[in-house]
Amino acid sequence: MLSFIARRLGLLIPTFFGITLLTFALIRLIPGDPVEVMMGERRLDPEMHAQAMERLGLNKPLPAQYLDYVGKLAQGDLGESLRTRESVWSEFLTLFPATVELGLAALLFAGVLGLLAGVIAALKRGSLFDHGVMGISLAGYSMPIFWWGLILIMFFSVSLGWTPVSGRIDLLYDIEPKTGFMLIDTLLSDEEGSFKDAVMHLILPAIVLGTIPLAVIARMTRSSMLEVLREDYIRTARAKGLSPVRVVFIHGLRNALIPVLTVFGLQVGTLLAGAVLTETIFSWPGIGKWLIEAIGARDYPVVQNGILLIACLVILVNFVVDILYGLANPRIRHQR
Amino acid sequence: MNPLALRAALAAIILSASSGLWAKPLVVCTEASPEGFDIVQFTTAVTADAAAETVFDRLVDFKPGTTELQPALAERWEISADGLTYTFHLRQGVKFHRTDYFTPTRDFNADDVLWSFQRQLDPNHPWHDKTSVGYPYFESMSFKNLLTSVEKRDAHTVVFTLSRPQAPFLRDLAMAFTSIYSAEYGDQLLKSGKTAELNSKPIGTGPFIFQRYSKDAQVRYKPNPDYFRGKPPADALIFAITPDNNVRLQKLRADECQIALYPKPDDIPSIKRDPALKVAEMEALVIGYVALNTEHPYLSDVRVRKAISMAFDHQAHVDQLFGKGNALVAVNPYPPSVLGYNSDNRNPPRDIDKARALLEEADVPEGAVLTLFTRNGGGAINPNPRLSAEMLQADLARIGIRLDIRIMEWAEMLRRAKKGEADMVATGWASDNGDPDNFLTPLLSCEAAKNGENYARWCSSKFDELITRAREVSDNDERATLYKQALAVYDDDQPWISVAHPKLFTAMRQSVEGYHVNPLTNNNFATTRVK
Repeated sequence: MLSFIARRLGLLIPTFFGITLLTFALIRLIPGDPVEVMMGERRLDPEMHAQAMERLGLNKPLPAQYLDYVGKLAQGDLGESLRTRESVWSEFLTLFPATVELGLAALLFAGVLGLLAGVIAALKRGSLFDHGVMGISLAGYSMPIFWWGLILIMFFSVSLGWTPVSGRIDLLYDIEPKTGFMLIDTLLSDEEGSFKDAVMHLILPAIVLGTIPLAVIARMTRSSMLEVLREDYIRTARAKGLSPVRVVFIHGLRNALIPVLTVFGLQVGTLLAGAVLTETIFSWPGIGKWLIEAIGARDYPVVQNGILLIACLVILVNFVVDILYGLANPRIRHQR
Repeated sequence: MNPLALRAALAAIILSASSGLWAKPLVVCTEASPEGFDIVQFTTAVTADAAAETVFDRLVDFKPGTTELQPALAERWEISADGLTYTFHLRQGVKFHRTDYFTPTRDFNADDVLWSFQRQLDPNHPWHDKTSVGYPYFESMSFKNLLTSVEKRDAHTVVFTLSRPQAPFLRDLAMAFTSIYSAEYGDQLLKSGKTAELNSKPIGTGPFIFQRYSKDAQVRYKPNPDYFRGKPPADALIFAITPDNNVRLQKLRADECQIALYPKPDDIPSIKRDPALKVAEMEALVIGYVALNTEHPYLSDVRVRKAISMAFDHQAHVDQLFGKGNALVAVNPYPPSVLGYNSDNRNPPRDIDKARALLEEADVPEGAVLTLFTRNGGGAINPNPRLSAEMLQADLARIGIRLDIRIMEWAEMLRRAKKGEADMVATGWASDNGDPDNFLTPLLSCEAAKNGENYARWCSSKFDELITRAREVSDNDERATLYKQALAVYDDDQPWISVAHPKLFTAMRQSVEGYHVNPLTNNNFATTRVK
């Protein structure tokens, strides 16, 4: 097992450098530099341009800039945003909890509903419910997030008034950010009713962000369950006279979960990608919106290091999934 | 509950309700996050609203909703006869904000004015190099060359000496980049080695005291009880950062904010129909235009430029793009409310045959291709660049010109247009200070043609002479005459298709009072209250 983990870890190092090189190159392939973008249509004094580029270290040849970047990374220095002059790490730490909170809520929504719908659809294969779930999940998978978000806002927030339109909390609550997780910060604060308000603010964005993973999980659970339910050990379990609930949830679902769990891991990437749009619609101050704005402003340190941090996170999640998979299935360990 | 206690409770409720009648927090849905609060480092309007209009004051400023100057931190001023020396007499008793990170020991005085200008002007000032990209607006407005010196005559008098007469100078001093900082706070930060905090914990004399900024979520302010124009009526000011304009409107409808900035022109009729909402509108000092590259083989011929303008359906274009009544068809390079507007200029009547004849005279072959650069995303100046470009394409097809539309990201478009790569560029401009010079020099002067910001690359020595002279004279009537003449030259030469002067809208709840839309697109809430 240890050698398996070592092999996986060994693969991470080139991946990491590959990402640094890729983000460094890609952001520089976009024409324009940060100073030009900041000045827009206003007059850009060539002397000021040259001075600013020198101060930012962007007048050096590209290999020297890359070495600077990697050298600073090795010292744990992620640099500071060219746009806001704040440290990239502190901006990331401020915004990341919001994305994590939203992502976890979306995953919870997608996981619980997706598993339930998938299991029932498998058990009632060919029924109206099965067709309904599959149809809805296909629609959910192909739903444009922007449109879906606005429809939900107009219906639930404006027409019915059940949920707030956007943001993480009613702004009349003055919540001091302590952990960055609004649900925790509201619990720590003495503002009455703020926790409930934060939960209400989380509902619609979590539904919007969780819609695609929900569809994927429901479909995957259904097909995996159908396969498992045909296995001999299920027939044996039934023949032994075990209760249907025990057969389905203990013997069936448990085995059907393996591929579903892999999908869960892969959905982290989908969630981060979907977060960009969901955060924009719901004015959710997370890292998706942060990165998009940084690309527009050619904020090199934010784009390079923000993407690197997210990539590390995705790599980490997949690494953990690999290890868990290896633990669960010894054949995988030996094959690699 | 006994009757006495009940009466007491009722009285308390009524009292608390009535005392809170004019003291509610004002939540404004804004379109983007400020980049920071050290306003001299930044150029965007959203940052100016979050810093210059709330935390800071300037020596002079604009009366709300107008471009008329009024005294602010300077009570009065004198200008020397040669237009080179400006003497400002400063207001006394103005307090800097008192916060948990700064306690001022003195009132505002001449040292603060010196600090604020010398920081940007003097390379030896201890704060001069404490930014990563310098002072973009100061540089862009050529203040480095314009200001010869800024000197303190006494604690309440400051003298500015200019290198050349500059009629719009007072107006320039009302702009965000001339905001006045506390020299004492600057010294405190420098001594403690916390210079970065000037950007995150601002101190000024303005109507609102900065409380907290949660990145991409909200900015919170409280009213300044010592504000020299009186404490603002809102109990608190909160900017709710809401980038999507559909969502801003939904938040307004749900009363999650009381003011929503920059609604889409398409939404104006539905906002006007909603009994809980209202719209404030103003003819903003902006221009949307299509620059015609006068260095292009065909477009260098004025007959071709005139033919294009003749084929272009100005009114239909503006109605389709903005909605009827939401924008004015442009004729000149700036709107009618700006000094020296030439009302004798007219867009040529649409005449396809005449336009074709002009093209034939100029030897432009049928099917000649011209490229048009336009941006990918819409904004106040052009809500739908693609539609706008396609309408122009259809118009030009009728006179045998094929328009090759190139839609690109804004920064990329500007960069390539500055290099002269485009035959035509659809873009726009918002005035900084309401002075005609602020339209003509950056967009149409020969110097701008050299630098590239004049996308038409048009250089007329006659036009340049007139605007240079107009910049130097201080008499308004004389300036107006000079600008009229300059605009006549512009009209003869047609370096642009002047497209539209869009109106600026702000949507708000009926309960909002005292808000003024500003023609310069800045937003100030010092007099705004929620009923």
